[in-house]
Amino acid sequence: MKRRKGTSDSLLTKAGGELDDRFKLALPARILFNKVFPDHWSFLLGEIALFSFILLLLSGTFLALFFEPSMVEVTYNGVYVPLQGVEMSQAYHSALDLSFEVRGGLFMRQLHHWSTLLFMASILVHMLRIFFTGAFRAPRETNWMIGIVLFWLGFFEGFFGYSLPDDGLSGTGLRIMEGMTESIPFIGPWASAALFGGQFPGTSVISMLYIIHVFVFPLLILALITVHIGLVFAQKHTQWPGPGRTEHNVVGFRMFPNYVMKQVGFMLFIWGVLGAMAGLFQINPIWLFGPYEVSVVSSASQPDFYVMYLDGLIRLFPAWELRIPPYFTLPPVFWPGIVGMGLSVMLPLLYPALERRFTKDRGHHNLLQRPRDNAGRTSLGVMVVVFWIIGVISGGNDVFAEQFDISLNAMTWAGRIGLVVMPIIAYYVTYRICLGLQQHDREVLAHGLETGILMRDPNGRFYEVHQPLAEPDEHGHTELEYNGWVVPKKMNRIGALPPADKGFFKSIEEPSEDGRAERRDEIESGKH
Amino acid sequence: MAASAKRRRGWRKRLGALARFTGALVIVGGLYSAFSPSLYAQESEANAIDSEAVKGQELYDTSCITCHGDNGEGVEGRGPSLIGVGSAAVEFQVNTGRMPMAAQGAQAPSTNYPVFTEEEAAWLGAYIEYLGGGAGTPDDLDAMVEDADVAAGGELYRVNCSSCHGYAGGGGALSSGAHAPSLEGVSNDEIYQAMLTGPQNMPVFADNELTPEQKAELIAYVQYLVNEDRDPGGVFTLGRFGPATEGLAIFLVGMTALLLTTLWIAGKS
Repeated sequence: MKRRKGTSDSLLTKAGGELDDRFKLALPARILFNKVFPDHWSFLLGEIALFSFILLLLSGTFLALFFEPSMVEVTYNGVYVPLQGVEMSQAYHSALDLSFEVRGGLFMRQLHHWSTLLFMASILVHMLRIFFTGAFRAPRETNWMIGIVLFWLGFFEGFFGYSLPDDGLSGTGLRIMEGMTESIPFIGPWASAALFGGQFPGTSVISMLYIIHVFVFPLLILALITVHIGLVFAQKHTQWPGPGRTEHNVVGFRMFPNYVMKQVGFMLFIWGVLGAMAGLFQINPIWLFGPYEVSVVSSASQPDFYVMYLDGLIRLFPAWELRIPPYFTLPPVFWPGIVGMGLSVMLPLLYPALERRFTKDRGHHNLLQRPRDNAGRTSLGVMVVVFWIIGVISGGNDVFAEQFDISLNAMTWAGRIGLVVMPIIAYYVTYRICLGLQQHDREVLAHGLETGILMRDPNGRFYEVHQPLAEPDEHGHTELEYNGWVVPKKMNRIGALPPADKGFFKSIEEPSEDGRAERRDEIESGKH
Repeated sequence: MAASAKRRRGWRKRLGALARFTGALVIVGGLYSAFSPSLYAQESEANAIDSEAVKGQELYDTSCITCHGDNGEGVEGRGPSLIGVGSAAVEFQVNTGRMPMAAQGAQAPSTNYPVFTEEEAAWLGAYIEYLGGGAGTPDDLDAMVEDADVAAGGELYRVNCSSCHGYAGGGGALSSGAHAPSLEGVSNDEIYQAMLTGPQNMPVFADNELTPEQKAELIAYVQYLVNEDRDPGGVFTLGRFGPATEGLAIFLVGMTALLLTTLWIAGKS
């Protein structure tokens, strides 16, 4: 028997050589494979959005095979008994068939919806990480703005998708959008008529939104995601300050094999979580909502959570109607709906420029800031988060009122007052917490770690033994610069005690018994 | 003599006045009974208090009279008059445990622990019906519901009921602390009685608004909604509250699981 010459290794090498001869792949591939990414859990949040978007494209393609975006009236003749013989649009009919009669259809619909929620939720969480660590600062302002645009594209893409099945909730959502559009001074009624092809609901809006939902917006999002990630590649990822890390280097793992393996594993995990949710948690049960009829509005009609804060603002806003008879009426929904949304787009977009202007910080920053080190920005961020959360809760205030037995009127007034008062309180409290954390960092750097060991000197004074982080001067003080990274606060971080347990769920290493006594002696010699 | 004749004349005069008065009464009474609504004529018959109503009155006088007053006339600031509400209203309020009410509040909540048995509730109903008549529950309701068109009921439900009870019958908030309760585990009779009598904040759906057949269709839909296998989408329905709880779930379940994953993945090198 003839032995095969060469190993699989050399076969790969040969194949690679052939490919490189033809396509000149070696150099770009080497650059790509050797690209270094810093490793931190908070750098993985954007990936959740990326991978749920991929799943959205896949599941959406499946749904598009069966969904018919038509508002033609038909009579339901499918398997769901309580709707048999009911007049409905072709769109709602096909969405019901997709749920009940297409194999795996309901799962795919739920997968699509859960992926949407995760997509939007992870964009928000990712955005918070970027904001609180100052990663949006020069040279990355453009990428921050692209991210904000991506959020709003996702916002409308999600809203359009929510509107497509033409069920009771879809129509109610579109009705509110119609009201908001009509409230725009001068152009409102015309804009609304253009959108709905005349009177609401018209006969064309579903097919129009369908093309926007399955083609225009996904393409825009895909293009912007590509630019977004391309810019991260080109500008290199930011990193936390720490030993060996400067503004001019990137410390981390190479793209291949380490980073790629982590990313693939993470992607599969995300898809697994979404698959489990799609199978276990019922979402958007359109068969319960019934077909949309203009006269039907159910209680607890909410938009998806990423739209809910706007709904909350609309619910909270007083009924202040501006009327200049007989020419002009400005409905109250204009302020929270149009002005509120406009501000929510523009303020985040302009934030990097505003911060640059007010702090006069023109430098480039590749090292991140810990949230505590920029108390003003962090407090501002928490302020916005609190405002948003109150908006979201108010968007679901009827569900809250019913479930927790609170008066709906009380919920509304609590929302109105809270929206004004709570962000201010949140700003102040956050600011104080940041200053406190900063101060404690400096204290540890100056005095050393708290050991928890209390001593009493001959004249009766009690004091705590501190473990200095460097050679102390005659007062027991150390002159250490704060370098913007975690200051050790616990003994075992610097080896004064036996090393901390390793392992995620359970200990994989027993603390050594011998080291303890020996090292404790050292501590006791370092007074104060 | 003259005195006696004078007395006799006076007596005759009085007799004549009595005769004229009686005649006038007969004419007026005859005219009245000829033109008055027949209801009053029947009332004397229906008004005969039967043994059930007597038992009902005993219960009423011990448990209801504090707020609803003597003979169901109501007490200002405590409880409304019950004249004319009918047995359907009484049976609904008592059988669901709403009445007797534990305390004055925004709403009499359903307790699921009725103080009286269904029989006693029927007695109370009979007493209230005796006091002022009113609507009752049809006897063959279950059979009517059995034959009713569920889909037609669904359309009626969405137009008439969903704005308060929600598209899935889970209930919803009303103003000032009141709420539309969940329709889970509610019997046919109770739904019918509630529609007919409009308890608390609920509007009355009288027979000229929803015919008894339409009410039966509605009940059939509600029972389908809350009893049949109605959640093919998963093990967890998230209370069928729609996007509010779905938004909560994506953060509490999805986001939390993935944040733990980021910690795990970033920690492994």
